[in-house]
Amino acid sequence: MAEIIKQATRDAYGAALVELAESCPDLVVLDADLAAATKTGGFKKAHPDRFFDCGIAESNMMGIAAGLAASGKTVFASSFAMFAAGRAFEQVRNSIGYPHLNVKIGATHAGISVGEDGATHQCCEDIALMRSIPGMTILNPADAVEARKAVFAAAQHDGPVYLRFGRLAVPVIFDENDYNFEIGKSVQLTEGNDVAIIATGLMVNEALIAAETLKNEGISARVINMATIKPIDREAVLRAAKETGAIVTAEEHSIIGGLGSAVTEVVCEEYPVPVLRVGVMDTFGKSGPAVELLKLFGLSAEHIVEEAKKAIALRG
Amino acid sequence: MEKSKRKTLEKIALHIRMAVIEGTYNAKSGHPGGSLSISDLLSYLYFEELNVDPARPDWADRDRFVLSKGHCAPALYGALAHKGFFPVEEIKTLRHIGAKLQGHPCMTETPGVDMSTGSLGQGISAAVGMALAAKLDNKTYRTYAVLGDGEIEEGQVWEAAMFAAHKKLDNLCIVVDNNNLQIDGTLDEVTSPYPIPEKFAAFGWNVIVIDAHDFDQIEAAFKAARECKGKPTAIVQKSIKGKGVSFMENQVGWHGSAPNAEQYEIAMNELKAALAAVEQEG
Ligand SMILES: Cc1ncc(C[n+]2csc(CCOP(=O)(O)OP(=O)(O)O)c2C)c(N)n1
Ligand SMILES: [Mg+2]
Repeated sequence: MAEIIKQATRDAYGAALVELAESCPDLVVLDADLAAATKTGGFKKAHPDRFFDCGIAESNMMGIAAGLAASGKTVFASSFAMFAAGRAFEQVRNSIGYPHLNVKIGATHAGISVGEDGATHQCCEDIALMRSIPGMTILNPADAVEARKAVFAAAQHDGPVYLRFGRLAVPVIFDENDYNFEIGKSVQLTEGNDVAIIATGLMVNEALIAAETLKNEGISARVINMATIKPIDREAVLRAAKETGAIVTAEEHSIIGGLGSAVTEVVCEEYPVPVLRVGVMDTFGKSGPAVELLKLFGLSAEHIVEEAKKAIALRG
Repeated sequence: MEKSKRKTLEKIALHIRMAVIEGTYNAKSGHPGGSLSISDLLSYLYFEELNVDPARPDWADRDRFVLSKGHCAPALYGALAHKGFFPVEEIKTLRHIGAKLQGHPCMTETPGVDMSTGSLGQGISAAVGMALAAKLDNKTYRTYAVLGDGEIEEGQVWEAAMFAAHKKLDNLCIVVDNNNLQIDGTLDEVTSPYPIPEKFAAFGWNVIVIDAHDFDQIEAAFKAARECKGKPTAIVQKSIKGKGVSFMENQVGWHGSAPNAEQYEIAMNELKAALAAVEQEG
């Protein structure tokens, strides 16, 4: 087996912005005193004239982003997910979402894997918040390769995009050369008709491990990478419902309002089958090393395997 | 200030600094820089100024303290532990799974913590609410909050400042820790909030500027704050980020990284030597 390379999606984000600057003369990058952590620091170095550190003032940063975008700029505005989606929610909704402006929100440090900083920084509500804004596109890449492609796709896309990146280094699962990323299109990673595991972000790798385990037990699992959470790939979700009859969703986010909710809404409306949600169970996070926390909060291949078996049993 | 009192405060401040180093080293993460810049302040607050009782952390008439710059929890935990709110040994569990001592202060987990903080700009508003409650209830307890100088870039801080002055909350005293550094550089390199004293004065506050590492000035400032009627007080303390650990002083890189084993040894030895020096003074 090939050696596992690990990279944080925020690193790929930072590198992609520097690369993007070449082909996108209108690009402006904003940060809120976290350039070293969100990785926009590379862009700041390479293009100091097109970078603005707005200080610890996320709401104002989103307003500035809106004004720049309304004046023809393509803006990437970065902070931690907690402050980009949380602190500045209403500015994002009213100044960016409502006028459908070209602001791309680069939100890093999403989810439990923030680790030691604890609950105040572990944002597990951002997808729910962003999903509720009409016209907002939400991208949650699974690895560094996808993260880079998502940045380029977001820049091309007309309208607001929320990009969700992680702090933790996670396995690179896609191949830069033959991986095609398209907003709104999910990617099926394994064949299987006993159960479908629809995963997003760092849970995609866990879903692949879970599918391996299930395979050894004679259960064929279809793993789907749902990098675009909004607009969700309804067609792929419905095909999975029809062809497997049992679905598990997996995300590093609250089970309320995120991928699990999005999939459930589609399935319930058009082709009801059991859907079980693996995610953060309506609770706040806590301090600790990221890898241990992911296990503690049930964000693991083992938990996906359990839920897959339960979903199959429910289908009968 | 009497010599013996100063010596006591200096020793406690050094113990708080050791707790900062001990905690962040064991956590392999955390924020030593801004914790060290408020160690003298917290020594004075918890051992001279605040009317609190470790045996009754929820005592209704206690003075309130809000660490609005919540990332400096290691210093707060050091002060609370040495005051007797929990065993000093617990400092080593900082940021561990299941520990009371969360990365940012959590009022439902840790005795002595009056407000959960960590998202910058929010603590001061909660402090304003506490001061308002004291006025509503005709109580004499006072409310204190510590803010970072980068933190005051948050608009919410100024919304709180406007309200507090408008309501004449003279039972509220905030300290802005002016160490001149945030994460991405100096305040001027990021988005300058200067001039700080003039801004608070324009918002209707009583403003006092002091040297953060001089106990006489700290004492005088809190006395003046208590005596000021009709206005909230903002103490702007000029501090050194990383104060007390030579290689951390004024280094932006020590905002949010923990010492490794070697750095831990050097830092602890410096602090122990400083403690011995204070003890040896006549
Ligand atoms: C709302 C919010 N935005 C961003 C952060 C991330 N953050 C943590 S500390 C910090 C810098 C704080 O600088 P300052 O207030 O000067 O603190 P000090 O120098 O005393 O450590 C930032 C941006 C946060 N905790 N909360
Ligand atoms: Mg500072």
